Amino acid sequence: MNFPLHLIEVLGASIIDGIGLLGRFVLFLAAALRYIVTPPFKPRLLIRQIRSIGADSMFVILLIGTFTGMVLGLQGADTLRRFGAEGALGTLVALTLVRELGPVLGALVIAARAGSAMAAELGSMQVTEQVDALTVMAINPVQYLVSPRVLAGMISFPLLTAVFNVVGIFGGFAVGVGLMGAPAGSYFNGISRYLSLHDIRTGFYKALLFGLVVTWVCCYKGYYAARMATGISRATTEAVVLSSVLILVWDYFLGSVLL
Amino acid sequence: MADSNSSLGDNAKAVEVRALRKSFGSQLVLNDLNLDCPQGLITTLIGPSGCGKTVTLKHLNLLMRPDSGTIKIDDVEVTRIRGGAIDQVRERIGMLFQSGALFDSMSIFDNVSFPLVEKTSLSSAEIAARVHETLAAVGLEGAASKFPSELSGGMQKRAALARALIRRPKILMLDEPTTGLDPSRTGAIHELVRRTQRQFGLTAIMVSHDVPKVFEISDRVAFMHSGKIRLYGTVEEVTRAGDDEFERFLAGRAAGDDPDSAAAAS
Repeated sequence: MNFPLHLIEVLGASIIDGIGLLGRFVLFLAAALRYIVTPPFKPRLLIRQIRSIGADSMFVILLIGTFTGMVLGLQGADTLRRFGAEGALGTLVALTLVRELGPVLGALVIAARAGSAMAAELGSMQVTEQVDALTVMAINPVQYLVSPRVLAGMISFPLLTAVFNVVGIFGGFAVGVGLMGAPAGSYFNGISRYLSLHDIRTGFYKALLFGLVVTWVCCYKGYYAARMATGISRATTEAVVLSSVLILVWDYFLGSVLL
Repeated sequence: MADSNSSLGDNAKAVEVRALRKSFGSQLVLNDLNLDCPQGLITTLIGPSGCGKTVTLKHLNLLMRPDSGTIKIDDVEVTRIRGGAIDQVRERIGMLFQSGALFDSMSIFDNVSFPLVEKTSLSSAEIAARVHETLAAVGLEGAASKFPSELSGGMQKRAALARALIRRPKILMLDEPTTGLDPSRTGAIHELVRRTQRQFGLTAIMVSHDVPKVFEISDRVAFMHSGKIRLYGTVEEVTRAGDDEFERFLAGRAAGDDPDSAAAAS
């Protein structure tokens, strides 16, 4: 076969493979969402996943949220002082956190902590035939393993983002007002005046969608982990990298739509 | 001898496979495979690595779908059924996986009771009684509260067997149940399989590499080669057939092992 024909064949095969993979990826989400609303419901599994994704991520969210707010307070106070607008520090910190940094950084942190664990756990179950064991027991593995994680992600991410935002605002206050000398009164006044329900709703929608994306990607990568020695590590790495990329890409598009 | 019907005797067929074909890409793994597993007996699938034993078993427990051919389980054609009908068939099958496939986050009690908790409406007391009875049947009375990681390989296999038996299936499938065990534990697991098969009146279908040791508990032997059943019969019939491939396999010189097909089969 001559070279151009071979090139076309290879290119065509990769396009078909790519479309096939994308189709499987989307059908996986469709199945997970369908089983969320299909009985039997297992609240016990949902609560366990909310604890794993939500409660167990609380400490790291508190830590990252506080320091993010502190950095915003530090840099914001210094920058605004140059324009004589230190009174706007509270508005700057709150809007930045609620609309952008809270959902995005929170999702990245949870993807790294809970998403990687999710991919590794499902990957390990796949490699050790535990997923097959569920199937032969007539238990749907997507309904049992994936749907509770996806729903738990959609519940936990907005709640953790709210915590991130609140501690961030107080972190910004501590540094911006306490250390940098920005006026204390206008900090919270500015927030209550300029932070609208629309801003909060924007952040909430983002967190909700990031919760869906992270759990979807991480469950998919773990569920389809290759049954080989490197299968779990590769699945975990790909899950975190793809989740992080999709969070940032979706953040831009959602930001454009919801602005 | 390759026609399994000739060796069924008076036993009805629990499983009947006809012209089963399965390919992975360009690799043909099952090539018009025919097999009958008589009710109430142990049928053992043996053969060189990559010949398609595990793939055959995965078709029998409906984890894989064939490209063509038919599989009847208790006279029900299962290759094209879907949804609830699959669940009904699966309720009649217990499966012991090569790795045991115990849920490592659960205790042995929770592992064994899992199918009852998820798929039946039995009370907690009834479930506990059934679990303890089944654990006793596999010699694991004192291990209910332990986790899989706290048990030896042989004990994990026993626990996995208890889980496979807990819903009192009619057919038990075993995928290399003695892999990774030393010879003394291999003998103990074989003995346990034979004892529980008789105790629960099961039809057992087992994939095994432990040749010739597994012959001690096998009622029928199916020797697979190149995706087909090459020999089928009682142990005596198969060992006296004088088949070259079988003799080479027995002597540990299985000719024609294909690494690619081994990968596909696993």
